[in-house]
Amino acid sequence: MVRYTGAEVQRMEDPRLLTGHGRYVDDIHVHGMLHAAFLRSSHAHARIRSIDTSAAQALAGVHGVFTQADLAVPDTAQAMNQLYPAPVIHQDITQHPMATDEVCYVGQTVALVAADSRAIAEDALALINVDYEPLPAVVDCRTAQADDAPLAHIGSDNNLAGQLKSAFGDIDDAFAKADHVFAASFMQHRGGCHSMETRGVLAVDNPHEDGLTIWSSTQCPYLVRRALANHLGEPEDRVRIIAPDVGGGFGPKAGFYAEEIVIPVVARQLGRPLKWIEDRREHFTATTGQRDQHWDLEVACDKDGRMLGLRGTVTHENGAYMPYGALLPFTSVTPLPGSYAIPALDVTLNFVFTNTTPTTPVRGAGRPYGIYAVERMVETIARELGLDPAEVRRRNFVRADQMPYETGAKLRDGMPVRYDSGDYHACQDKALELADYTGFKARQEAARAQGRYLGIGVSACIEDTGVGPYEGTTVRIEPSGKIMVRTGAASQGQGHHTMIAQIVSDQLGVRPDDVLFEAADTGKFPQGVGTIGSRVTANVGPSSFDASNQVRETVLKLAAETLEASEQDLELEDGEVRVTGAPDVKVTLGELALKLAPMSGGKIPAGFSPSLEATSYLGSSGSPVASGSNVAEVEVDIGTGEVRVLRYSVAHDCGTMINPMMVDGQIIGGVVHGIGNALFERMIYDDQGQPLTTNYGEYLLPLASEMPHIDIVHQESPSPLNPLGVKGAGEGGTIPAAPAIVAAIENALVDFGVVIDYYPVDPQYLTGLIDAAQAQAAE
Amino acid sequence: MADTREITVTINGQAETRAVETRTNLADFLRHEVELTGTHVGCEHGVCGACTVLVDGDAVRSCLMLAVQADGHEVTSIEGLAADDGTLHPVQDAFWKNHGLQCGFCTPGMVISIAAFLKDNPDPTEEEVRSAISGNICRCTGYQGIVAAALEAAKTMRQEG
Ligand code: FES
Ligand code: FES
Repeated sequence: MVRYTGAEVQRMEDPRLLTGHGRYVDDIHVHGMLHAAFLRSSHAHARIRSIDTSAAQALAGVHGVFTQADLAVPDTAQAMNQLYPAPVIHQDITQHPMATDEVCYVGQTVALVAADSRAIAEDALALINVDYEPLPAVVDCRTAQADDAPLAHIGSDNNLAGQLKSAFGDIDDAFAKADHVFAASFMQHRGGCHSMETRGVLAVDNPHEDGLTIWSSTQCPYLVRRALANHLGEPEDRVRIIAPDVGGGFGPKAGFYAEEIVIPVVARQLGRPLKWIEDRREHFTATTGQRDQHWDLEVACDKDGRMLGLRGTVTHENGAYMPYGALLPFTSVTPLPGSYAIPALDVTLNFVFTNTTPTTPVRGAGRPYGIYAVERMVETIARELGLDPAEVRRRNFVRADQMPYETGAKLRDGMPVRYDSGDYHACQDKALELADYTGFKARQEAARAQGRYLGIGVSACIEDTGVGPYEGTTVRIEPSGKIMVRTGAASQGQGHHTMIAQIVSDQLGVRPDDVLFEAADTGKFPQGVGTIGSRVTANVGPSSFDASNQVRETVLKLAAETLEASEQDLELEDGEVRVTGAPDVKVTLGELALKLAPMSGGKIPAGFSPSLEATSYLGSSGSPVASGSNVAEVEVDIGTGEVRVLRYSVAHDCGTMINPMMVDGQIIGGVVHGIGNALFERMIYDDQGQPLTTNYGEYLLPLASEMPHIDIVHQESPSPLNPLGVKGAGEGGTIPAAPAIVAAIENALVDFGVVIDYYPVDPQYLTGLIDAAQAQAAE
Repeated sequence: MADTREITVTINGQAETRAVETRTNLADFLRHEVELTGTHVGCEHGVCGACTVLVDGDAVRSCLMLAVQADGHEVTSIEGLAADDGTLHPVQDAFWKNHGLQCGFCTPGMVISIAAFLKDNPDPTEEEVRSAISGNICRCTGYQGIVAAALEAAKTMRQEG
């Protein structure tokens, strides 16, 4: 009986977190623990001539000062491993745990102090003397490939880190037969991570017992285990990684960082537990994020605005190193051409080194860039042909009867991009209705009569979710009758415990409260992947469903024997197996568990194995593709350039929903992140590579007072790729937000003919465009 | 040697006497000296609001206040908000019902800020709630569940008088 799957179950996680009893890395105190602080490069690019740590060493309360040369690792000279090697990478340059003779971005680790307190460690940092020889820095990705551009790395011939191409169909033919060809160039800037909890690492070494134990504020404990064990040359099972409560992830906590090597190594060398908590200024420069991407695109279409081909080039700011392969480049171009059936595509992306913090995925990864680019071209067609932008989308959408639909593009693993299910036309209709799109003209005119400028913007997106290959679950009934569920999947607030408890409860006839949960501890579950790319529900959903189903089968078989009844006559409810029609003939789950867990001299019933449990790694057979349409309604103050979002409507399709309340939470949080990208968040570097926005006075995050109420309607197109019909929902809010907002701003300013070629659309930029348009009109 | 003073602060109804470095802020004092880690530090520069606690009943950013300034005062942190029998404060309960939290990191500061706001504004509009929490940053929720929770808590508290 399905009671909990699909219901708005209140989260199991919340009471603890609401009463101050969460346990984040910095909440963990270990006896004898020291505190670390890092000296970080103050130069965007420099040669290190020497480092003098003697004064810092001498400070009372300091237990050690370490540079790369002081780290006792087997391969001191080696840079960090590439997490995701790929043939498209031309120059695979990763950083050392701490800099050796060159620093390539402000914030790069140079030295570490371990002391009795963080305050003393920071006092000591000021006493370290580094002799730098500053070198020219390359900062703007658009000029990084120029002949006279400074080189980001000593010894490189050029700044091209790699190149990839997504192409299918006959692109020349598409452009040759087109009625129209339109071009657009634009810059996109996505901001950083800004999880409210910064990163943090606590390491304890226990050489005579179980080796290293590390608590890290990470999305991917198994990736950290793999990378650290490799670096140390140790078996993975001697390195235990625990992700305790993690205060938001959003992508940048999914990698493997220098600090995750240095802290354990120094803890081991000092023979003392060591903790490092990133401060917010460090987060701005030492935690990876996203930044600039520049697009030059051309679209070929027929006289009705039907797209025939899309071609162009992209320049992607990679930052100084490549810790995370080419995941951002891949996820930028593989979603092309988004929700639309376009027969030909030819897009080349160059990713270039700059002397800035390395870039890696932030909520949505490259998808928000790619989808924004396609949506820009749709807007361009609508503007040039005088068509309603929603109608242009309607004419180009992949149709429901084309599902499953192969776009022609290939995924990172070479498999075809295939949309498994969905109805994009219906989804857009729902969004337009929710937004009262047809009533907008009247609202706009009424506002104009008062001298106010209102605009409306539409966007559509797809999101490939649930990347494999697995995220396993063990479900075990224990003698108390409680269900113990263990998985590797780390949570940063998504509510995995609740979601999994809902699925398991329905299979085993218990209440979610009866489901105990442990996750993200490599010492408790043998193998996992991590929480990235909206993958957990589409992987752990099926594995917890399958594992609990297997346990259910064992339960029924054992109960049938115990109760001397046939399995068909049994019902599983309230933690008991009963004979239908004879409710007193019953056995509890705890009693059954005990039968399979006897002590010395006991006997396991024939045909059964010890411990009433099952493990499954079932995932989705392919990537479930979610979709959505958004409508933004904005007001622009043409004097100040301020944009207010008045109304925001979302129609979203992530297949079958396990907990609609939590799906809404993901979507709303995601939309607000996307609005932040569109209007506020900007990580600024000067032309020397010095970061200018390193606190929340300078770098603006979206606040409650600036955000609209967001209305959501769901469409459920079950995924055929897993038994639950689920798709991921973590990023589908963020991806379509910027294109909807930007289109709405242009619509508000349609009288001025303003075309936006950059986001975040801040007031200064927008007033510049309005002034220029007015000046042109006056000529 | 760092300058140290002895202070006594009443925290969640209990007097705590400690010798602290004068440079220690109230957030670090609560978290690392008194070991009440429910108060979170998100920015250390007074913008994010995660560290908000009540000092003599007023919402205060504990990262911007020195521990020695709290000497002789009463502090309520998130751990002290629920009733002694564990019954959640109406704001906490409304957060639970309205999905007002995801990762929970901003939550203690949000809950305390809203509890303080509702004492002075028992019947706020949505706009007033949004402006009241505009000094608290949440990266996860998009604020909607938090706003709904605040409005529901206000209603509950009015009914309970
Ligand atoms: S930590 Fe105090 S306001 Fe951010
Ligand atoms: S719930 Fe994560 S920052 Fe607010």
